[in-house]
Order: sequence, then structure tokens, then C-alpha cells
Amino acid sequence: MAKVELVVNGRAVKGEAEDRTLLVHFLRENLGLTGTHVGCDTSQCGACVVHVDGRAVKSCTMLAAQAYGSEVTTIEGLALNGELHPVQVAFREHHGLQCGFCTPGMVMSSVDMIRRHPEGLDEATVRAELEGNICRCTGYHNIVQAVLDASDKMGKGAVKAA
Amino acid sequence: MGVEGIGARVLRKEDKRFLTGKGRYTDDMVVPGMKHAAFVRSPHAHAKITGINTDAARKMPGVIGVLTGRELKADGIGNLICGWMVHSKDGTPMKMGAWSPLATDVVRYVGDAVAIVVADSKGEARDAAEAVDIAYEELPVLVNATAALQQGAPQLHPEAPGNLIFDWDIGDEKATAEAFAKAAHVTRLDIDNNRLVPNAMEPRAALGLYDEAEDHYTCWTTSQNPHVARLVMSAFYNVAPENKLRVIAPDVGGGFGSKIFIYPEEIVCLWASKKTGVPVKWVADRSESFLCDAHGRDHATHAEIAFDKDHRILGLKVETIANLGAYMSLFSSSVPTYLYATLLSGQYDIPAIHANVKTVYTNTAPVDAYRGAGRPEASYVLERIMETAARELKLSPAELRRRNFIRSFPHQTPVIMAYDAGDFDATLDASMKAADYAGFEQRRTEAAGRGKLRGIGMSCYIEACGIAPSAAVGSLGAGVGLWESAEVRVNAVGTVEILTGSHSHGQGHETTFAQLAAERFGVPLDSISIVHGDTDKVQMGMGTYGSRSGAVGMSAVVKAMDKVEAKAKKIAAHLLEADEADIEIKNGDVRVAGTDKSLPWFQVALSAYTAHNLPSGMEPGLKETAFYDPTNFTFPAGCYICEVEIDPDTGATQIVQFVAADDFGKIINPMIVEGQVHGGLAQGIGQALLEGTHYDETGQLLTASYMDYTMPRALDLPSFKVMTTETPCPSNPLGIKGCGEAGAIGSPPAVMNAITDAIHNNNLTMPATPQKVWAAIQAAK
Repeated sequence: MAKVELVVNGRAVKGEAEDRTLLVHFLRENLGLTGTHVGCDTSQCGACVVHVDGRAVKSCTMLAAQAYGSEVTTIEGLALNGELHPVQVAFREHHGLQCGFCTPGMVMSSVDMIRRHPEGLDEATVRAELEGNICRCTGYHNIVQAVLDASDKMGKGAVKAA
Repeated sequence: MGVEGIGARVLRKEDKRFLTGKGRYTDDMVVPGMKHAAFVRSPHAHAKITGINTDAARKMPGVIGVLTGRELKADGIGNLICGWMVHSKDGTPMKMGAWSPLATDVVRYVGDAVAIVVADSKGEARDAAEAVDIAYEELPVLVNATAALQQGAPQLHPEAPGNLIFDWDIGDEKATAEAFAKAAHVTRLDIDNNRLVPNAMEPRAALGLYDEAEDHYTCWTTSQNPHVARLVMSAFYNVAPENKLRVIAPDVGGGFGSKIFIYPEEIVCLWASKKTGVPVKWVADRSESFLCDAHGRDHATHAEIAFDKDHRILGLKVETIANLGAYMSLFSSSVPTYLYATLLSGQYDIPAIHANVKTVYTNTAPVDAYRGAGRPEASYVLERIMETAARELKLSPAELRRRNFIRSFPHQTPVIMAYDAGDFDATLDASMKAADYAGFEQRRTEAAGRGKLRGIGMSCYIEACGIAPSAAVGSLGAGVGLWESAEVRVNAVGTVEILTGSHSHGQGHETTFAQLAAERFGVPLDSISIVHGDTDKVQMGMGTYGSRSGAVGMSAVVKAMDKVEAKAKKIAAHLLEADEADIEIKNGDVRVAGTDKSLPWFQVALSAYTAHNLPSGMEPGLKETAFYDPTNFTFPAGCYICEVEIDPDTGATQIVQFVAADDFGKIINPMIVEGQVHGGLAQGIGQALLEGTHYDETGQLLTASYMDYTMPRALDLPSFKVMTTETPCPSNPLGIKGCGEAGAIGSPPAVMNAITDAIHNNNLTMPATPQKVWAAIQAAK
């Protein structure tokens, strides 16, 4: 068994898990944070994207034990004090989600993408950057619109805050 | 239209939970004492089981039980069935082979379930599943449907000699032959429709809970139609009587048809829960989804179309071989027959049609409905051959289509369907204008200057939704009625709950269904809740597939609202001392028309429940139920135009423009309709360019992961130009046609027509990968 200690959504958590436990399973099964989803078994779909120490990570590519000492943000920790994050708002306003299953990963990847592009984004960049997230419902059209809109609205100052 | 009523672009009520990680899918469910299951699956495509030894697996850490098909049969659990009887043209019924939820004697495809292991953890269940020792004697394998019909082919099911399930036809063979005899021109085409894997992002899952004290079962499952699941598991599979079986489909992460069917896993999890005494949860991993979810399409077709000297269509002949895989899935027989060949008239006035469909068994995953279900196959045949004919006749593709459009309604086709309304010129005009069709040749020349091959293709599809009038589908072999139910409950404070048998797995029912009540009663959306997906809450329903939730599910809501409105008006008339006919409901008030006498909506509701002063003899309460049985199919139709640029050095295709003009009749929420079209287009373009399902000759699925099966990603797709025209559907109270599948139905032929236009070679199959396109370019040189 591996000892896992980390900070998740601002709260220190401790636990034990089988050595082979992936971070995504630790989040879902040990912590009950079921917003992070498992959509494949080859690290392709991106439904499990969370932020580890501020960067987007597919939580199925990482053992829980590897996250020891890290700060993890999941989709449950993105809205602050009940206020949706601007990316969450944009996904809603642009109908960037349908069944909702890929949505947590899409949102977490998009937040990271906007952070890494303080200069702003264009459609081609957004489409290329979404390479690691698969959606079967939306055809991506409205997701792309949502990310572009959030990027515009967040601007440089907001990006730092995110 | 109010700001939240019919036609309003209302943001979705359900979004917040999905955006904050609070959606509740089957895999998120946890019940006390819950354990985890892994299925032992056949690694062979066709083999005899000569022995199963579970001793080693039973001794593995954490294992609670290992169960096989013999025990399942001993407990009387029934075989899986296909619920739609199709008869061959000689009158004989389809030949359905036995499909045990756990195979006992023979396995027939890679992934066929043989045993279930229940253990403390998912990992332990999986470890133990690998320790189940099954002895197989391999048998010869068939993967290709045409090969399955050859003399001397290996035999899959004793019930189906020659692997033929049925040899069915529709239309008038003699009249069609006579039409061809008069033809001035005949176009012929061989057309394959590639096998697809649906790939809803949420893998299938089931959590079975048997409560011994109550002798009652609960099943949480990824279903598009929980009531149908309960009905079938109860009536045919002997899992439990309906009153002792509750099926809950909570949030479901996409379906696209693949979650209509009742699969072995949910049956086995329920049964295993009783056998082991613990709640049993199974969640497919993606490889299992590829292997075992029902696949879509897989047709091989030869088509011929005959024209007179004025380029009017005289007749159409179609011969199709449809691969149904190893077993007949729940609605598999209806897809290549009544959902396919009945749409072969398309948007055209075709006096004579004859179609013959042979369905066959192969050692591949079962094939059933996938987004569009039969109508994409029909559109692909007709719109590819129309484009091909236009090229042969040296007519513009738009002109040939226009010359043959149906313009008078109702129109009876030679293949059952009676189109009730449509305006095919309107969608063709709209899309040609939006695509700047007239300016294409200039763009082609410009692209050529950059060394690119530019092509344009169109597709004028029609499809049938709102499935379907129960008596009609019953006469065609359906084992169920295809009505829908609704209950509208107005609470004492005036808030509204709508219970529907439709199920939302991405379609936004919690918003659009609520818009209906907002429009009718003037109640804010926030005061309206939609209840669905639970057989204990909703009385009965037939679920969501075939773009039926609007046309059928909403019509049931309208019917129930009619009854509620009538009662509310009676109460108001009584309280306001007015004539019932003068009462109207407007902006949240119930008033006497033309006067200032009114009551707020909640006051009327409250009066219904206090029952202090109701009209004489009236029952208290304000709650009504309705069943709606459609009077006809609905007929969404449209025109899609695709423009591509191809790099002749690599064969890579880029979609530079995609225009979709659809006539969906009346629209409840344009934002959601556009989203449905976008998603359908992505799946149709995926089929045309990227998605191919490949079995090798031994029946191993080569495309069983996202490393091998090309899912459309954001970079593979363009932004879409979508628009709608509106011819209200006369067959239901809201005038709705349905929009869920059109994108996947209309787009593949548009893409393929564009590519073949660009490369001047019509001999190209889907998916049009760079390799295939490059080879086709070389072949055309």
C-alpha cells in the first residue's frame, strides 16, 4: 500500500491506496470527487484532466503515489465561493456541453490553455490545443467558441488570477 | 414566445451540475457493501467451450464469487432477443440464433461474455478474471458479410442455415424492372457503408442491487430507455417481475443508440447480486466498449437508378447485405429494413422502387442502431448515386435534384412512407446561398494555383423521426408500442413537475421540456422541474432514440398540459364567476379575457389543493397524465454542402466549408438544435473521413482503442454554418420534426461527393483516409 498525502481543492488529504492506484481512481474512489471521469484506458480522451501544481494533467497517467505532496485542483474546486469560473460560464453560455461527461476534462484543459496563452487565442490554436480531449456530442464547434470567449473575457489580469 | 417559452434560446438548466463535477453517472453511484465485477470474455471469435475451471480464480484475494453461464441458465435467466420480427420475402420468420448472457457452449465473437467475477476491488476482480481457465476449441471464423453467404461458409448458428437471418424485400420488383426497361440512362454504383463504433464518452456501466428482505432488485444503468430495459429484463429474461425491478438511468454520458439495447452485463450484474448477496457494479473500460457495444452500419450495397430522357427518375433498385454480427441485438432487424429501405425515395418523386436486404451473422460484435440507424445508410446510397448520375448526365447536381424534388404533399412513396410536409427547394436554396455555390469554380481555380484540389459536394437528405404510430410499427413486426407518456403535476404553490418517459443523455430535456410549461402556464423556468430516468418515479415510457423525444415525448407533455389547463380554467371560471370559455392564461395570471378580473396562477393551483371551493363534483388536485401515440412519422429534411481541399501529395483532406440547412419544423430552443446538428455533423464527418472498424481474418478487432480507432478531434473539424427553414409538421401538436440525427444522416454523402469531385475519381470508400485518397488520385491519373 502506498501512503498518499496531498492538497486537493485547497484541503489537505491523507490516504492509503494500492500501489497501482491511479490518481484518477484515488480522487474518485477514496475522496469521492466523482467529477473527474474515466472515458478510456489509453490516456487519449482527456475526461480525467485535473490540475497538478497548476498544470493540466491527465489523472489516469499518474499514480496517486506520484502526486504525493502536490496541490491538485479538480473540477469541483474550480468555482470559487459559488461563483463559476469564467471558463465554466463560457461553456454554459455557448452551449459547449451536452451529456457533460467530457466536460470536466474539457474545462480543466481549457483553463490551462488560456493560462498558457496570455497573448490570447485564435480558433486554430484552440482546436490544436484540444487535441487531448475527445467530445462525442458537440462536434467541438461550441466548445471552441466558449474557449475563445473565455480567453477574451479573462484578459491578461484575469489569467493571472486563474 | 416568452423569454423562456417555445422558440427561446434559453441556456440549459442542467449545465451547472455538469460544469461543477456534480453530475451523477452510474459509475459515480456507491451503495453500502458494493463490490466490483469483471467479465471474463472470449479471446476467440468463434470457438467451442470445452471446459471452464474457476477453482484458481475463486482462491484469489478479495474474490466473492465466480459465476458462469450454466448457473445462469439453471436459474432460468433467458436468452437475449431481438424485439422486432422481420419476415423474409418468402414469408418465413427471421432466424434468430440463441444468445445467452453468458456463453455456455460456443463463443461467437471476441468479447463474448463467458463468466463474471465479483471481488472487493476492481483490480482484484480483474486479476481473478484472468485466472479463470477456459478451454476453447477454435472454429473457423467469418468477419465479412458477403463471405458469410458463400456456399460452404462456416456455420454460426444452427437456427440460421447459411448464416442468413432473413432475405427481405420492399417495393414493387416488377414495376421497377419495367421502369428500367424504359430508361434513357441508368447509373450503377457499389456502395459500402463502413462499420462504426458509437463511442459515447461514458462507457456502459451497471450496478445491480438485490434486496433479499424485500425480494426486490434495483439496477442503475447507462440506458436511453430505462422502462424498456425493465420491461425486457422482466418479460423476456426472467430477471424479476416488473413490480420487483426498479431501473434507474441517472445522468448518462451520451448514447447515440448504443445505450438503447439491453446487454448481457446489466442482466448478469442483477443476477450476480442475488447469487453473491452483495451489490455488484460493473463499468466497461474503453476496450470492452469497442468489443461489446453494439456497432453501427456495415452495409454492402449495389444500387441502380433509371432516368428518362428529361432526367426524371423512373426507378431505383437496391440490393444490400447487412452484417448483424454474432447475435441479433434488440432492434437490429429493424435498422437495415424499416428504418433504411423506407427512406430510399429520399426527397424525390420516384415512381418505382425495389430493395432487397439480406442480413447475415458473422463473428463480429452485434450491429444495431447508431445515430441515424438505417437512414444514414439510405441517404448515403441515394445521395452518392444522385451525385454520380449528375456527373454522368453532365448536369449540375443541384439541377438534377431539383428536377426530381417532391413538391406536393402529402406524398406517398413506393416504400411505405407518406411524407406529410416539406419544402426541399427551400433548404437547397438556403444552403447554396450560404455556401456561395455559384462562386465555387473561382475558388477551385484559386486553390489549384496553390497546388490544392478543391471539390464541392451536396446531399439532400430526408429521414423519418418520431418513431412511431404503434399500430403501424406493430404491423411491421415491432414487439413494443412506440408512444410516449407524460405526467404534469402542478404543485399547490404553482410550481410544476413534468414526468416524462423520454430520457436525456445530452439532449437538454430538462430545459426544453420545461420551456413547454413556461410557455403554457407563464411559470418561470426555475419553477419547473423535469423528472425522468427512473421507473419508480415515472410510470412508463419508451425512451429516447430516433429523434423522438420532441415529436413524441413533448407531444405527450402537451396532451397532459391540455388536461391541466382545462381543469385550471374550470377552477378559475368558478372562482371568478365567469364563463370557462372566457378564461385565458397569460403571463402567469389566469384571467377573464378582456377584463381586469384575474387570479395569479399559484392561487388557482392552491385552490385545487385546498379544495375549499371547487366546482361541484370536481376532484381535488391539479395533476394529469397522458399517453401520446403518434399519427405518422415526421420527416426532417435538408441540404448539406461540403467543400474540401485536398493535398495531392499526401491525400490529406481538409474541410474548408460545411453548410447545413435543415427543416426541423417548429423549434423549441434553437441553441440546443444547433448543438444537435453540430454533434451529428461531427459523427457523419467522422464516418466519412476517419472512423473505420477493422477485424482481421481471425476476428480480432484491430481498432479497439483510441490509439487505433480515429475519433474526430477538434482539429479534424471545421466550424459549421448551420441554419434552419421551417415547414411545421402537421402530424403532432407542436409541429416538431426532430433534429438529433440529421447531421449524421446528411453529412457522409456530402463529404464523399466533395472529395470525389475534387479528385475526379468516384471509386472511393469511407473512411476516406489520406492513404485511400492518395491512391485514388494516382488511380485517376
